[in-house]
Amino acid sequence: MKKMPDRLGHFGVYGGRYISETLMPAVMELEEAYVKWRHRPEFKDEFNYYLKEYVGRPTPLYLAERLTKKAGGAKIYLKREDLCHTGAHKINNTIGQILLAKRMGKTRVIAETGAGQHGVATATVAAMFGLECEVYMGEDDIRRQSPNVFRMKLLGAKVTPVTSGSKTLKDAMNEALRDWVTNVYNTFYIIGTVAGPHPYPMMVRDFQSIIGTEARRQIKEIAGGLPDHLIACVGGGSNAMGLFHPFLEDPVKMTGVEAGGLGLSTGKHAASINGGSIGVLHGNKTYLLQDRFGQIIDTHSISAGLDYPGVGPEHSYLHDKGRINYTTITDKEALDGFKALTLSEGIIPALESSHAVAYAVKAARAMPKDSTIIVCLSGRGDKDLNTVSKAFNYELE
Amino acid sequence: MKTLKQDGRIARKFSELKARGEKALITFITAGDPDLAGTKKIISTLEGSGADIIELGIPFSDPMADGPTIQASSERAVKNGVRLRDVLALVKEVREASEIPIVLFGYYNPIFQYGLEKFAKDARKAGADGVLVVDLPAEEADELKAELDKNGISLIFLLTPTSTEERIKLTAGKASGFIYFVSVTGVTGARRNVSAKVSGYVKKVRRHIDIPIGVGFGISTPGQVKEVCGYSDAVIVGSAIVNIIGKNGGSGSLLKEVGGFVAGLKKGTLP
Repeated sequence: MKKMPDRLGHFGVYGGRYISETLMPAVMELEEAYVKWRHRPEFKDEFNYYLKEYVGRPTPLYLAERLTKKAGGAKIYLKREDLCHTGAHKINNTIGQILLAKRMGKTRVIAETGAGQHGVATATVAAMFGLECEVYMGEDDIRRQSPNVFRMKLLGAKVTPVTSGSKTLKDAMNEALRDWVTNVYNTFYIIGTVAGPHPYPMMVRDFQSIIGTEARRQIKEIAGGLPDHLIACVGGGSNAMGLFHPFLEDPVKMTGVEAGGLGLSTGKHAASINGGSIGVLHGNKTYLLQDRFGQIIDTHSISAGLDYPGVGPEHSYLHDKGRINYTTITDKEALDGFKALTLSEGIIPALESSHAVAYAVKAARAMPKDSTIIVCLSGRGDKDLNTVSKAFNYELE
Repeated sequence: MKTLKQDGRIARKFSELKARGEKALITFITAGDPDLAGTKKIISTLEGSGADIIELGIPFSDPMADGPTIQASSERAVKNGVRLRDVLALVKEVREASEIPIVLFGYYNPIFQYGLEKFAKDARKAGADGVLVVDLPAEEADELKAELDKNGISLIFLLTPTSTEERIKLTAGKASGFIYFVSVTGVTGARRNVSAKVSGYVKKVRRHIDIPIGVGFGISTPGQVKEVCGYSDAVIVGSAIVNIIGKNGGSGSLLKEVGGFVAGLKKGTLP
């Protein structure tokens, strides 16, 4: 299961390369560069150096004692990706990709972003390495994640609002692909999740696997063995794949938590695996939210980072294989998770990660006290204060 | 299953034109913009004004390879509720009165949801001659190609300035009908100039491929048409026509505007 994908980027029937001919040579050039560098000490050393000295890795694996008590079952450990520089796991991947961009001689990077975390992580590494950076972001997301928009601008990135379609992450990705096709010779497209044409799902997974590799070592040290259950939120699915992948061959249960929005039955959600069907979008075959004619439908989640109608192809594959369980948490439950973690641990989680927290509390309750759960706390919640204050009817001013 | 003869109408059209020393004018419009009845009338006007082959766009919610003009057109058609089954029904209606070659042009997901086998059969029954799927490179095209082959429908591929010799060869082994050479690295939409490099690219493609080569993306004036016809077998014009449709909508002047524009373009393809 760890050997996936095949030579052309397929995870079973999923993945592949469904892009226009103009971009084919570009993704092949990228694949060639990645395959060439991925195992070379020079590249690995530089990647690990920045993860340690710049990102602040390893991130702690923290036993959330009061949250555990509150749930009243399994011990809940938090993998603290929220403590990464820039406040989310996204930077693990952008460091890896910008090191490749540099080696490939690209002078400009572009990115799509939903919650703005990937956009900030891209703008950050672009500033660090002195590359020109443009980030595409849906107009609706710009409004609901304004602190991150400001951060990107401060970091010297150009933030381009996307007004087409649903004005969210999928449209930002369409626009980034249009940019790439136009500026293919000098531009490197830093995709933020385990989706897109091959080699992105594999490459982003590999860069994010540092999460699971560390967690596996840490839990063995702290608890003396493997965890019983891993839990992470899934939009495109990069933090989940990063945590899960190093445990795939272990007897460990894994659950990916999709955004249930207002509830699966309302149709207003972003749960591609739980509520979608197989299709092709943004360069890969995977589960999608679409109508029966193949038109992509508008998604809804309180969390901008999960508000995407697709999911990484490896998740689709592992779902079909039965290796990973995928469930949903609604907007309301996520807000409860947000509140629970904030009040019991003094940690304000991102709304994306709050989905994982909310499910972990439920799951822990049904497990014995000597069992362990690891939750990927993928990001911190500062960016969500506007949304959350509105939901709780707090006055921020 | 019996394999039908490939390229009936498309091949015949190219050989007729060749005999007259003409090049092919291929025109793109989106099915269902301004509406299906309007599209039928536009197709008839295009044919009457000198278009040799029609590319009919299948509306899609996420047209990643298109510029603003065709994005907006696709969005209008999606809003009008026009889906692939309606596009096929339109082809059937057009076919009752016309023998003009029709190429269905779109993205993979609507075809994938329709079902590849059913799509190929229904496209043949409707009278379509070719299919071009923007986000289906040669590597992923075998399943669709197998179904289209059974039904005698050409699978038309894009080649671009970035295509390597290796990729040209790979595509040559799978393409039929004609090659759509994309003149720019970029999305669809009108541009002021056609790069002087394109003729060199087309020569490179011709070393490996013996079916006709059309050049498109960014072409919008009779002068550009004439220039491109100097080294290609066909020119493809899309956004410039779609722009006229967008501006005029369903108004009475639409057909006259489109007809006049296309007649002007056609002159550029004459010897």
